[in-house]
Amino acid sequence: MNQVLLLARRSVVRTLRQPAMVVPSLVFPLLLLSINSSGLETTTRLAGFPTDSYFQFALAIPFVQGALFSANSAGTNVASDIESGFLNRLSLTPLRRISLMLGQLTGILALGLIQALTFLVVGLVFGDGIEAGPGGVVVLLLLSLTISLAFGAIGAWVALRSGNGEAVQGVFPLFFAALFISSMALPRNLIETDWFRTVATWNPVSYMLEGIRSLVIEGWDGEALALGFGCAGGVALIALVAAASALRTRMVRT
Amino acid sequence: MSRGSFVSVARAVAWRNIHNWFTNPALIVPSILFPMFFFTAFAGGLSRVDSIPGFDYGAGYTTFVYGFVLLQASTFGGIFTAFSVARDFESGFARRLMLGAVSHGGIVAGYWLSAIVRAATTVTVITTIALLTGLEVHGNGVDIVGLYTLALLMNTFAMLFGTGVAMRLRTMQAGPAIQTPAFLLLFLAPVWVPFDLLTGWVKAAASVNPVTLVLEAGRGFLAGEPEKILPAFAVVALLVAVSLLWARGGVRSAERAA
Repeated sequence: MNQVLLLARRSVVRTLRQPAMVVPSLVFPLLLLSINSSGLETTTRLAGFPTDSYFQFALAIPFVQGALFSANSAGTNVASDIESGFLNRLSLTPLRRISLMLGQLTGILALGLIQALTFLVVGLVFGDGIEAGPGGVVVLLLLSLTISLAFGAIGAWVALRSGNGEAVQGVFPLFFAALFISSMALPRNLIETDWFRTVATWNPVSYMLEGIRSLVIEGWDGEALALGFGCAGGVALIALVAAASALRTRMVRT
Repeated sequence: MSRGSFVSVARAVAWRNIHNWFTNPALIVPSILFPMFFFTAFAGGLSRVDSIPGFDYGAGYTTFVYGFVLLQASTFGGIFTAFSVARDFESGFARRLMLGAVSHGGIVAGYWLSAIVRAATTVTVITTIALLTGLEVHGNGVDIVGLYTLALLMNTFAMLFGTGVAMRLRTMQAGPAIQTPAFLLLFLAPVWVPFDLLTGWVKAAASVNPVTLVLEAGRGFLAGEPEKILPAFAVVALLVAVSLLWARGGVRSAERAA
């Protein structure tokens, strides 16, 4: 436990001390939210649109978009540890792999919490509140952190597999593709293009967005939340196992 | 200084940048993928938008989005080239280039040529995908020439503006200062719906944004109903002229530091 706490503290301090990691992950999602919600307000006139405010509909996007930045940050941090030889030195200590992974990702969870609280405050100030009430706010934060963990673990896995930061940066557009080809801009039942609706339906990011969105605009929707937590938790679990395996391989090489 | 030295410097700088771009996946992949994802996501995901009352663009939503993505890809072709300028200064290469090259104007011309090649490659990929997924071009040959001339001028403006910033700051940390103004100019325009359907502060911003005119003229060319041609070309020519002076100042600043 002590090992995890030491690494976690290092990870949190290191992440939050880098404005280049923190500021864009807050500013860009909010900028896009602001532009999109004003530019696409008229889409709420479409029959079947679930709310009369596009801002409320789009509020889920920054939570997931912020988590995508977390993937980049987590990957870059891990790659930097590999490139600087820090991971090699850790391999000479009796530190357990799981401790190392959890410790490395704590900074990303701290960043994820700051992001989620910021987006939540913006949503409460400029929007119509969270339909699910105070309990919904807690669940929303939990779901947001699970999504941050999922993408952060993917970033760590890429870094451990490749061993360099450039590869992590190269994968970043793919994360954005996953966000773009989802139910980000319209509800799935209103997407007209067949292939796009099919991809969005298979894309786990759609369910992460819909889980958060359900709390904001509908209230309590058990199915949306189960799918949201299921997809985010499932991706997190798979990515953590893959990252742990990649870490084992890298430490054996060391 | 002879014309030959200008051309030879421009050709050497252009060749080096084009070669680097085509052979480095970390450079070429994002600059092609981002506009492609953008086009796919919005042409596919928002296709229903053309049934909103008041949406009156005859060529369809895919064409409407293509009009924006074409300008975006061209503009960012220039912006990404300016990143290369900043990277060359940070690595020390540009400093050696400034000392060795007879014509410093040739250096900027070389980066400009590479910006055109980069944008042309990205636009070719996106246009191919757009044609496969329902792009309808109602304009005639003259309209198409007008459309791509506007895109070329936007590429030139972005490259000159970004190069001016990169040559003054001479570090990759200049990235946000190069990118953010272009990003704001592009996105504070009628990106997803026509101007009349915009609401709120974005509508106010779009009404004074010069790129709104360029975007509407480009979409007019695509729809075969050219509109606001003279104001659009006047605006973009003014942007190029001002950014040319800005880039010239950047060269002077880099010369003093070299």
